[in-house]
Amino acid sequence: MFVDTVIEDKALHKPAFLIGLFVAVLAFFFAFNFTDTFFGEFLRPVIGEPKESGFFGRLAVSIVLAVLFVLNLFVISFFKLKGQIAIVWIELFLLFLAFAYSFDLKMSFIQSRIGLMISQGLFTTIYISAVSIVIATVIAIVGAIAKLSNNGFAFAIASFYTSLFRGLPLLLQVYLIYKGLPQIGFMVDAVPAGITALSLCYGAYMTEIFRAGIQSIPRGQWEASRALGFRFSLIMRKIILPQAVPIIIPPTGNQFIAMLKDSSLVSVLGVWELMYLARTLGQRDFRHMEMLLTAAMIYWALTIVLEVIQARIEEKYKQKG
Amino acid sequence: METQDQTSNLSETLPVISLSGVNKWYGDFQALSNIDLEIKLKEKIVICGPSGSGKSTLIRCLNRLEAHQEGTIHVSGIELHERMKDIDVVRQDIGMVFQSFNLFPHLTVLENCMAGPNWVRGIDKNEAKKRAIAMLEQVKIPEQADKYPEQLSGGQQQRVAIARSLCMQPKVMLFDEPTSALDPEMVSEVLDTMIELAKSGMTMICVTHEMGFARQVADRVVFMADGEIVEQNSPEEFFNNPQHERTKAFLDQILK
Ligand SMILES: Nc1ncnc2c1ncn2[C@@H]1O[C@H](COP(=O)(O)OP(=O)(O)O)[C@@H](O)[C@H]1O
Ligand SMILES: [Mg+2]
Repeated sequence: MFVDTVIEDKALHKPAFLIGLFVAVLAFFFAFNFTDTFFGEFLRPVIGEPKESGFFGRLAVSIVLAVLFVLNLFVISFFKLKGQIAIVWIELFLLFLAFAYSFDLKMSFIQSRIGLMISQGLFTTIYISAVSIVIATVIAIVGAIAKLSNNGFAFAIASFYTSLFRGLPLLLQVYLIYKGLPQIGFMVDAVPAGITALSLCYGAYMTEIFRAGIQSIPRGQWEASRALGFRFSLIMRKIILPQAVPIIIPPTGNQFIAMLKDSSLVSVLGVWELMYLARTLGQRDFRHMEMLLTAAMIYWALTIVLEVIQARIEEKYKQKG
Repeated sequence: METQDQTSNLSETLPVISLSGVNKWYGDFQALSNIDLEIKLKEKIVICGPSGSGKSTLIRCLNRLEAHQEGTIHVSGIELHERMKDIDVVRQDIGMVFQSFNLFPHLTVLENCMAGPNWVRGIDKNEAKKRAIAMLEQVKIPEQADKYPEQLSGGQQQRVAIARSLCMQPKVMLFDEPTSALDPEMVSEVLDTMIELAKSGMTMICVTHEMGFARQVADRVVFMADGEIVEQNSPEEFFNNPQHERTKAFLDQILK
């Protein structure tokens, strides 16, 4: 992307924009009435009993919130880009925590179960995802080459495969493999069944990504390689794939992240991965929110790790070319 | 290997490349009609003609980047055809330089030059590196060896492309408008490289509109129009005494 070299005036430094923003935010807070929250309580010295403060109380709370909101944005606008990003991230995260906190969570309940969630659930989730990712990647390379070949059998098999496995819901594939295979005489355990379904499904999506990546390499690269007397496999390995990799990393990273969370579908087979534990551990004590939010944070943290890895790899390839 | 022997036993009198009655179609469109051409060892041929006349198609048939449908093409005595098993071996002996350079952008200049010898000629890395450096010296850019192609100017990239081909120690070099994509001030550095190559005795087939180059190095100028060879002659005869109306019109236009 190209960022223009001419700097426009910041909207947040124009009075007209500030006033407009203020009015809009004020209307928002007024419409959703925040008087019986922490903020109403906070303004008790001014508005009296929040519940009985009526129109005046509602307006006062809205004005205070709107002023804080606009002031916050105004202050942030003076920071440098990195500072702005960090502050907004932290603020959004605090809002999320406040949202979670509003459920009246019992921390001791989380503490007593998080060990199992990590040692059993997280471990199983990572194991299933990692194995599936490796298999899916291998399938995708083979599938992409088959789809680009002019061998009729290879193309037909590959396109039938991608069509079928992109055409069925993943959950359905999980059930079909787990319940269907035993009926024709193949017993499969839940974990291998889940890995099979995930690998086949994501292999199909990634086949398309790899195919597009390979196709995006200019024809001249093939011609120059052929003119030097290189064979197909050599051209693929040494010329085309190394150039296609930087192009397919972002969408592939996306697939890895999606797969990490789709591994939760395996929970329907009773595999003790994160999602299964999140659903079941809190059931007996009616502490659903504690376990669900814990699992949510673990999934999120894992995703951030993958995002960082992806950014690192992208950076590495950027330096090279 | 049999093919290796055939190419190395090449005699000076036999044509390195010979085409007879070659026809080629793209769908219904005939791109080459009835081409007969023989190129002897160490000969320098310049092919010219209006855009779309089939020059690229012709030169690309010589290492079978394109397939012809009728007639025969022999390179070093080996016939090029659909079912041949050793096209890669034949191609290793034919260098090709493209209008758009087609260097490998993920490899350094040195790696571009080492790739062919190291990967398909079975030459070890040290030897391939020595050869690559020697060729880069020949095209006068040894100091760029560790850069990536995109860091070089067009003229430098094209000279690297020539060096990359020379590292394979080809018997013939094909050039398809090697200077057409270059800024004017870079044309001469590439032409100078080609002139030196010609002096060293390389067999060369060049599609180009650089008539100064043709006069200086060509043994024969081949003029094409509408997929046919209209006339071919020594440079003197070709420029001073063109035989056909189309040739005259073309020369008028290009020398204006
Ligand atoms: N891959 C192709 N498919 C269809 N027509 C082509 C293809 N390549 C070239 N042609 C046609 O063949 C003719 C000769 O092309 P080309 O050999 O590239 O001409 P030149 O190099 O002399 O400009 C042109 O009319 C061009 O449009
Ligand atoms: Mg052309």
